[in-house]
Amino acid sequence: MSAAQSILLASEPLLAIRGVETFYGKIQALRGVDVEVHRGEIVTLIGANGAGKSTLMMTICGNPQARAGQIVYNGKDITHLPTHDIMSMSIAQSPEGRRVFPRMTVMENLQMGAILEDDKHFEDDLKRVFTLFPRLKERRGQRGGTLSGGEQQMLAIGRALMSRPKLLLLDEPSLGLAPLVVKQIFEVIRELNANEGLTVFLVEQNAFHALRLAHRGYVMVNGAITMAGTGRELLAREEVRSAYLEGGAH
Amino acid sequence: MEYFLQQLINGITLGSIYGLIAIGYTMVYGIIGMINFAHGEIFMIGSFIALTVFLALAAIGVTFLPLVLLLMVIVAMVCTAAWGWTIERVAYRPLRGSFRLAPLITAIGMSIFLQNFVQITQGARVKPLPPQIQGGLILMNNPNGIVVQISWMQIIIIAMTIVLMAGFSLLISKTSLGRQQRACEQDRKMASLLGVNVDRTISLTFVIGASLAAVAGMMYLLYYGVIDFYIGFIAGVKAFTAAVLGGIGSLPGAMLGGLAIGLIETFWSGYFSVEYKDVAAFSILAIVLIFMPSGLLGRPEVEKV
Ligand SMILES: Nc1ncnc2c1ncn2[C@@H]1O[C@H](COP(=O)(O)OP(=O)(O)OP(=O)(O)O)[C@@H](O)[C@H]1O
Ligand SMILES: [Mg+2]
Repeated sequence: MSAAQSILLASEPLLAIRGVETFYGKIQALRGVDVEVHRGEIVTLIGANGAGKSTLMMTICGNPQARAGQIVYNGKDITHLPTHDIMSMSIAQSPEGRRVFPRMTVMENLQMGAILEDDKHFEDDLKRVFTLFPRLKERRGQRGGTLSGGEQQMLAIGRALMSRPKLLLLDEPSLGLAPLVVKQIFEVIRELNANEGLTVFLVEQNAFHALRLAHRGYVMVNGAITMAGTGRELLAREEVRSAYLEGGAH
Repeated sequence: MEYFLQQLINGITLGSIYGLIAIGYTMVYGIIGMINFAHGEIFMIGSFIALTVFLALAAIGVTFLPLVLLLMVIVAMVCTAAWGWTIERVAYRPLRGSFRLAPLITAIGMSIFLQNFVQITQGARVKPLPPQIQGGLILMNNPNGIVVQISWMQIIIIAMTIVLMAGFSLLISKTSLGRQQRACEQDRKMASLLGVNVDRTISLTFVIGASLAAVAGMMYLLYYGVIDFYIGFIAGVKAFTAAVLGGIGSLPGAMLGGLAIGLIETFWSGYFSVEYKDVAAFSILAIVLIFMPSGLLGRPEVEKV
């Protein structure tokens, strides 16, 4: 790779979503979405229920696939690739609802996270996840379905980390969790980003925390991006405060 | 007592064959939620392939029995697996995501097609195979002349089933492949988000199920000495019953259900009448399902996720 090329690559966003439209049958869920996530950034996407946030997360992973527009990851057009190929390019998602395998142990869930990764990293990666979430280590033999909500969320994030992602997609990691656990999970995200340069694209209902954590944010309304800016800018905007932060700022 | 023991041995043998077939039903149901009605025919094709290999080897003068059996089992497993793979590929995969009954109807169509295909290419008459493995162990021989015997063939069938089921259980519970299979069973979308090629895993499920059925087919051929294009239907219904009895979707359930159906059938024939042995098996199924709707080892539909 020439120096010019690598400079070009570095200045290019890690993930570029351009004019993406996604449909469920005849219902349009995304209407020309443009989002960029650069290397080393934490970017958050906020929006009301049903805005299309999870749809965007899943469209990035190719299920459902975008009907129009383009998704470029690390310089490659991934718009029409099958999910398992996209995920093998160092993207990992902790999806909405956590989706822990209920009849597998914590350990087996983590092993599932590592199937794309070389076996020789396994012990190291496991140690890392157990350091981030000591709770999982205690529960290693317990079935996923019997974990508490917070533990399941830790497992879902831990499982995503087991594939050594460059880009981590997190869909509402704070949903239904006690404030203390939310704080802990956000702290882990911040650490991973600061210490390892992990790029994070985060969907959140908890807009206040998300915007404080993120470098930049987007607001989605009805399947379209209506606002973008740094976390601080968005936090300061009246429209954002009234729509997403009422009573949420504590 | 002697009679009871003899029936027990016969029942376990028959149950082994049913159990091996039942695994195919239960695995496919577990991963894509459909009853593969053509699975009985897969078993039948396995037995025909085994017979063909036997005849071909005999024609070129290979008669050393252990070698013949080994080649029969290998070729039958590989070729039958190819059939299983192809059927999934051409008949089921294109319908994935369409309405729920579509694959079921196709499976029934596929079952009829395969029966007719074998009937036309192999003929409708029964195909005999002279007994290859004779004799056995006399376990009990009391003065009244009542003998309890386990034949070598029965020993082979039971031993082979134990080995296959043990190997298969290890594959599913301990290997990465097995974990991927189970992951697809529990949440296909999540499995794909972790990089699992779901379509390939489903294909693999058909391949594994078909190769186990092929072994069952070969053992059936050697044990009974006759096969025809229709054996898949009857054995298929029994094995399916076994899978439901054990709890469809549960692998230990399929093994247990197979054993149970084999024993029920054998004991009923031994103590009551041969004619009603199928009625007995189905009645027990009905009774069990009334009290345990998800089968002996099936998991209840409601669960905390
Ligand atoms: N599988 C589906 N089939 C049909 N419509 C769907 C499907 N999934 C989502 N939708 C619709 O698409 C729209 C966007 O849904 P999406 O789940 O992306 O919203 P969201 O922003 O993640 O909301 P929430 O904050 O509640 O999670 C909604 O109107 C939803 O009803
Ligand atoms: Mg959502």
